[in-house]
Amino acid sequence: MEAKVKGKKAVAAGDDIGRETRLALYRLQLELRYCEKRAYDLFLQNLVKGTSHLSLGQEGIAAAFGVAMRPDDWTFCTYRGHAHTLARGASMTGVLGELMGRECGLLGGKGGSMHLTDVTKGAMGSYAIIGAHLPVAAGAAWSAQYRGTEQVAVCFFGDGTTNIGAFHEALNFSVVWKLPVIFVCENNLYMEYTPISAVTAVEHPAADRASAYNLEKVVVDGNDADEVYLTAVKYMNRARKGGGPALIEAMTYRHSGHSRADPAKYRPEGELEKWLKRDPINIYRERLVKLGVADATLKDIESDTMRKVDEATAAAKASSPPSLDVIEKQVWADGGAAWRN
Amino acid sequence: MAELTYRDAVAAGIAQEMARDESVVFLGEDVAHAGGVFKATVGLLDKFGPKRVRDCPISEQAIIGAAMGAAMTGLKPIAEIMFSDFLAVCWDMIANEIAKTRYMTNGQIALPLVIRTANGAGSRFGAQHSQAVENWAMAVPGLKVVAPAFPADVKGLLAAAVRDPDPVLFFEQKSLYSMKGEVPDGEYVDQLGKAKVLRRGKDCTIVALALMVHRALGAAEILEREHGIACTVIDLRSLVPLDTQTILSEVAKTGRLVTVEENPRLCGWGAEIASIVADECFWDLDGPIMRITTPHIPLPSADALEDATIPSVERIVREIREKID
Repeated sequence: MEAKVKGKKAVAAGDDIGRETRLALYRLQLELRYCEKRAYDLFLQNLVKGTSHLSLGQEGIAAAFGVAMRPDDWTFCTYRGHAHTLARGASMTGVLGELMGRECGLLGGKGGSMHLTDVTKGAMGSYAIIGAHLPVAAGAAWSAQYRGTEQVAVCFFGDGTTNIGAFHEALNFSVVWKLPVIFVCENNLYMEYTPISAVTAVEHPAADRASAYNLEKVVVDGNDADEVYLTAVKYMNRARKGGGPALIEAMTYRHSGHSRADPAKYRPEGELEKWLKRDPINIYRERLVKLGVADATLKDIESDTMRKVDEATAAAKASSPPSLDVIEKQVWADGGAAWRN
Repeated sequence: MAELTYRDAVAAGIAQEMARDESVVFLGEDVAHAGGVFKATVGLLDKFGPKRVRDCPISEQAIIGAAMGAAMTGLKPIAEIMFSDFLAVCWDMIANEIAKTRYMTNGQIALPLVIRTANGAGSRFGAQHSQAVENWAMAVPGLKVVAPAFPADVKGLLAAAVRDPDPVLFFEQKSLYSMKGEVPDGEYVDQLGKAKVLRRGKDCTIVALALMVHRALGAAEILEREHGIACTVIDLRSLVPLDTQTILSEVAKTGRLVTVEENPRLCGWGAEIASIVADECFWDLDGPIMRITTPHIPLPSADALEDATIPSVERIVREIREKID
């Protein structure tokens, strides 16, 4: 936990994050929170179909990286990817529209909640098979290294991912090739329904494995956006300069169940309440007030953000279902689906 | 024209594409310094250097995942999976990720990559190093599937696969690596999805792939010479795209269809072709469609057993005679 202490010290000692960046971090966390809550409301109204995996409570991590990354950096995330996709600047209407199966969806209705992608914003896909995107992120980092662009690939995944083979293959591969890729484990304490501690040989499922790949152990408070931001900047800068990958474990907690089907009854009494007191957004708001940001400024951000979510919701609701013409489109680069002549 | 082995044609095809396009890179296990366990990539490291020709750990998911990530960000990777049996180790990357990503992202992500692999029997390696698995790949929407039978096709189709904007699985039949054949000099690019008619006869159309093309040609020779049965032999060359027009027009001329498949019986590619022919030229048929395949078993290793399992020239002759005589 030494790294965690270091991060807190850095924040407490005064840092160079700056007011503008902090306001951006607050705004983005709120945006992710409000949009995710809206997704849940739309699900209750039976407007969001299929499954969806919410990031409520984990916004600090997505927002911190979203603010810290260069526009041409790449994000790879999991099926719990609404926040990470939005954090890169993907259209909120596009995200909500995709969840609702509308034409305006980011993927035109072909991917759904678990596959949100916006290549124009560097959101290179949400991957629904645990572990698959770690090697893919390594490959993107290889491409950046090969072309000398100083781009970084950032790969987010849950604690459960650390027990699948692709995690270990990707880490070894990336270190051996010294690739500019940052692996970020969002440790929310549960793989799906099972506590990660019940199925993992080490206390910190990602960080305690780092030494096996000649990486340093980095554990941060994922509910402290400043700490995540400073850590992100540090390791992304190092990766850009050829210093190779990093593995960051960000401690956090999801406020809701694994997916829409999960009421999370397996959680011990009082655990959620304890973590709600450590809500990343409340923590951040209090810090901003302490740093002298006027309450009115924060309220403006809050009402602006809610308006943005309302507008996106209305636009997504107004969009039609996709035309059936798209079903046999875009299997191949020629736009079609033909497999024979 | 130069005479090259099938394995030399692999290296020649890769070298041709790497020389013309800086974005082509090559990765796999033992492919660079060792030149491949089948020696199909000898010389590439010396020619193109360690930045473009890279040895990988035994991490098939990492290899194929890295190829995917590189392809979606501007490179054109060629990844080698040493034995096609090992595709099962990274099948998630291939069947769930690579095959579906363009469709799921509504065309946002392109994946111009090639996965080369040594496929099929003939080396007595047993059930985990000798399978013919081209039909696994054929069953997944979003993958192109190529399997050459001749050195010239190795070079030309490999070049076409590298230039293709979609993911291509390229199956090299490992017992053909030492086979020699004429290969065009200089830049040579073929076309995916074009079958070749290698021989024409009036009695029967045999459709085959990779090693089975050679066995079908051998059988056709004996059938004509010794039994007066004249066969057309089609080398499919690719399963996706599938050149159904060539098959349909040749079957219409002979009235008979025989598929010769190295894959095990169930859901082999010949079943799909039989279905298409039954649907679309049933009234041209003079008799039942015949499929000659490996039995539906894991492959045994002893030479006597392996030889008796994979369709042989003798078996093809016998089965066709039984149906046609």
